[in-house]
Amino acid sequence: MAVLVIAEHDNASLSDATNKTVTAALKFGGDVDVLIAGEGAGDVAAEAAKIDGVRKVIHADGATLKARLAEAMEALVVPMMGGYDGLFAPATTMGKNVAPRIAAKLDVMQLSDITDVIDAETFERPIYAGNAIMTVKSSDPKKVFTVRGTAFDAAGMGGSASVETVDAPAGPFKSEFVSEEMVKSDRPELTAAKRVVSGGRALGSDEDFKKYIIPLADKLGAAVGASRAAVDAGYAPNDYQVGQTGKIVAPELYIAVGISGAIQHLAGMKDSKVIVAINKDEEAPIFQVSDYGLVADLFQAVPELTDAL
Amino acid sequence: MKVLVPVKRVIDYNVKVRVKPDQTGVDLANVKMSMNPFDEISVEEAVRMKEAGTAEEVIAVSIGPQQAQETIRTALAMGADRGILIKTDETVEPLAVAKLLAKVIEAESPDMVLLGKQAIDDDSNQTGQMLAALLDWPQGTFAYKIEKDGDALTVTREVDGGLQTVKLQTPAIITVDLRLNEPRYASLPNIMKAKKKPIDMKEPSEYGVEIDNRLTVVKVTEPPVREAGEKVEDVATLVSKLKAAGAV
Repeated sequence: MAVLVIAEHDNASLSDATNKTVTAALKFGGDVDVLIAGEGAGDVAAEAAKIDGVRKVIHADGATLKARLAEAMEALVVPMMGGYDGLFAPATTMGKNVAPRIAAKLDVMQLSDITDVIDAETFERPIYAGNAIMTVKSSDPKKVFTVRGTAFDAAGMGGSASVETVDAPAGPFKSEFVSEEMVKSDRPELTAAKRVVSGGRALGSDEDFKKYIIPLADKLGAAVGASRAAVDAGYAPNDYQVGQTGKIVAPELYIAVGISGAIQHLAGMKDSKVIVAINKDEEAPIFQVSDYGLVADLFQAVPELTDAL
Repeated sequence: MKVLVPVKRVIDYNVKVRVKPDQTGVDLANVKMSMNPFDEISVEEAVRMKEAGTAEEVIAVSIGPQQAQETIRTALAMGADRGILIKTDETVEPLAVAKLLAKVIEAESPDMVLLGKQAIDDDSNQTGQMLAALLDWPQGTFAYKIEKDGDALTVTREVDGGLQTVKLQTPAIITVDLRLNEPRYASLPNIMKAKKKPIDMKEPSEYGVEIDNRLTVVKVTEPPVREAGEKVEDVATLVSKLKAAGAV
């Protein structure tokens, strides 16, 4: 038995999401190969060869794979799948875009966002934004997965697999990469951050959101999040939203400031390792999920906390 | 352009989901159901295209029980022109949904299909991508902005860490993300008007698609319960606790 892992990277360096996906693939069993699809991604292929437990790295390099668009990835991966029993992609925007397209071409149902591999046919995945956990068996002969990174440890980097080069698909395809606009920030990306500071409606204005939340986040090297209420009120941009209809985060430390803790919000952050809540209302539901709750006026407590750290 | 908008009836996003004691699923009895929030965004986008003159017709299609008709009526009240309900009481997995939609598309020949990026019940995030694969159409997932550019579509996508812009030949599949727009509330006159708009009633068998599900649910359980921790006196105590826990 053998499985293929689609690696997450930016053509320059390998993302940790790849190592986590390899861990899930190893738990499934069989030989694990890693696919590096990119343009000028030779260094990434060499890096991937070091991941523990990998049999070989397959490196496809060319202009059509620069942005790993789904149409080109389909042309690359589908013909390879004859030799594999499973395909694992990280549940990143790349993996979520590419994997279902390949699954449909193979006529199999994808298992999305798995959080555990019970055996070769049985898997666990969250549904309803994590408010329920589904254990599901797949009868498909080949299996396609996206893997939730926060549920698996990253495989180590002590290996030395071989690297095999294959041709990139020629194209042209019906989709074409135009441009990319990455957020230039020293702050980590919300879904990948080890620490997150989120603000809620109690901040009262976008000025105060910036004045109180940002310095604390900067001090902690944390990403900034917000509740839906704060986003709806215009205190924070929409892509800050943590919750069922926003981003799902599970950092080591989550600090909720002035957030009451609506179900909607809890669904997006309750898997965080340590949760701190700062809220004036001691009855706020956020305290039911927090490890450390501070009943206090945030306008005094947050600057004090920022100074104390 | 002709735009097809698939819509799904799901538990309202404000409802607290309860797992059934026998672990067969979540309790749907007497629970408020609504249109999947991401599908509201796709309906809104299609209606705005119609208002701007880039789309001529907007068709809302749903696969589900009789009550999914209400979800289609919501789309009609928002401004869609007509509806198609493929009636089934069975659970239909994304792959089978994509196969049914592919048949609807064969019959309707839209230039663009706008779907929500995922449904908030099973959180699968795959129907649009699968549909694109079955039709061999290009896909623009997690759309933040959609612009018509001659015969092509320029789609700006939400990707990890930023935005990515792609150009798609039409016909194309687009799945929408949260920031694309803010869906409108249907006005009372429009709700009344929607009652007169036509909804075609169909059965999966009329499309020659057999719903063969590939997954078997072993059980559905509550997530591990998070115990409430402690209340701390002041900021100094909080900081020392966090340090002791190795969190800062």
